[in-house]
Amino acid sequence: MSWLDRKTLWLNGLLLIGLIVTMLLSLAVGKVSVAPSAWLGDDLSALIIMELRVPRTILGAAIGAALGMAGATMQGYLRNPLADPGVFGVSASSALGAVTSLYFGFAMTAWLLPVFALIGAGIGMALLTLLAGRSGSLILFTLAGVILSSLAGSLTSLMISLAPTPFATTEIVTWLMGALTDRSWDDVKLAVPIIAIGMLFLIATGRSLDALTLGEDAARSMGVNILHLQWFAVIGVGLTVGASVAAAGIIGFVGLIVPHLVRPFAGHRPSAVLLPSALAGALLLVGADSAVRILPSVSELRLGIAMSLLGAPFFMALLFKMRRELN
Amino acid sequence: MSLAFENTSLTLRNRKILDDVSGLFKRGRVTVILGANGAGKSSLLSCLAGLRQPQTGRITVDDRSIHEMEGKERGRLIGLLPQRPDIHWNIDVKTVVGLGRLPHSGRWGMNAADHEAVAKAMEATDCTGLAERKVLRLSGGELGRVLLGRVLAGEPQWLLADEPLASLDPAHQFDVLDKLKNYAAAGNGVVIVLHDLTQAARCADDIMIMKDGAILAAGSRDEVIVPDIMAQAYGVEVQISTSDNGEPLVVPVRRLR
Repeated sequence: MSWLDRKTLWLNGLLLIGLIVTMLLSLAVGKVSVAPSAWLGDDLSALIIMELRVPRTILGAAIGAALGMAGATMQGYLRNPLADPGVFGVSASSALGAVTSLYFGFAMTAWLLPVFALIGAGIGMALLTLLAGRSGSLILFTLAGVILSSLAGSLTSLMISLAPTPFATTEIVTWLMGALTDRSWDDVKLAVPIIAIGMLFLIATGRSLDALTLGEDAARSMGVNILHLQWFAVIGVGLTVGASVAAAGIIGFVGLIVPHLVRPFAGHRPSAVLLPSALAGALLLVGADSAVRILPSVSELRLGIAMSLLGAPFFMALLFKMRRELN
Repeated sequence: MSLAFENTSLTLRNRKILDDVSGLFKRGRVTVILGANGAGKSSLLSCLAGLRQPQTGRITVDDRSIHEMEGKERGRLIGLLPQRPDIHWNIDVKTVVGLGRLPHSGRWGMNAADHEAVAKAMEATDCTGLAERKVLRLSGGELGRVLLGRVLAGEPQWLLADEPLASLDPAHQFDVLDKLKNYAAAGNGVVIVLHDLTQAARCADDIMIMKDGAILAAGSRDEVIVPDIMAQAYGVEVQISTSDNGEPLVVPVRRLR
């Protein structure tokens, strides 16, 4: 009955092995080839591994895990397989925070952009709970998320259109596309602990999400506190998604796709999907980030764009599968 | 050994749903709540299950207010079978029944007693053979049994069922009512909201009839299921007779204007 189910243990084990292998591959690939024997040395090539690829890989895994688990939680909470972490509007408000720092040129100081993004996420979470009120109603909550998303999205567009210099416009637009390029240990130190705390909140929602499978009345009659569940979901998604956007910009579709991919193997019980979604999200993002590094393009393909490109054919396949079932 | 509500009033959107109602249910008995649509039956059941907090009044189990209990404790005492099956993910039957143990089990899952209770509930509702089936692929009758199994798995002292016969064929209606009667006979309290007057007369030890948010009549079957009260409650004329096997038949024959 817990989030770590015996039945899904093998799946989690396989995904973990896959993730470790993908992370090692991610350390090996890039424009410069470094032999594994030289990874721990003192020369420049070891520096590429330890100061660039290791933090980038860790960050990719953490963000993938965060987005995957946040997506699985959102789908369980809203009882909708097409929900994603963006529904809460937290990623949009976090992006607005980051864009504000770029707009005013604060991003010259490295740590200010992620801090602004986290402040944006915090304000977004606070507004969301204020707007939704204390009823725990799903419809009010979804509507509050849509309002927040739309407001933060339009303010971001306003900032782009009013940007003081063409350079700032380019900087904002490029940042919004999401990437893990040139991330350092500072980004890891900032994002990973916040993501870890957020994931603890998300895991704690598991059993309540299971109860919600039978509808709100049945869940409440079994002692599930719907308002507490909402708080845990908001805090968990806020921390994980906020820290992810702060470190890498907006990377869409991971939270939407990954729970779909693991459900056939993990079963449909919401709590059983949480951990495999985190592991598969990490695997997918680290894999995709490795792929964008080795694609033969003039400049590196932005990770956010790569994930969006994956999203369309994935949902196309899902659509055709559902159409076949309907016929 | 009772579930009681005193001077309970509930107003929703400026409309009085329950108007200063009081009543008492006893353990070991099946009480059926009857009444026309909108009479307040489901709202009363929601209040009894602790899902709604009435504006005034007190709801108690053995003199303890249910609103002073922690959610899980209340869940262990009072089990609710809601009106509409509302299942969102295609999980297997065993998992659905297992969810009924949520008010009992700790954070890290089910223990041996939980597994035993689930097996017992599945056996009582003839779901053992369905254990691995996906819940959204079940027929209406199978689903009704599984959802009842989920409530029984929680071993509540009070079982509240809101129209458990809706969308069931007659054979499955008898099955579900027999299971509820057995549960009451084992010393638990069972409160059922029903629309079928004959089934109500057949299974109830006590009957409570509601009208416009108030209790119109309450008492034993023979005291309450009489043409006059039925006419007041539903605005219909009923014919009351006895079948060949001695079971009551309550048949609405025409609408009274």
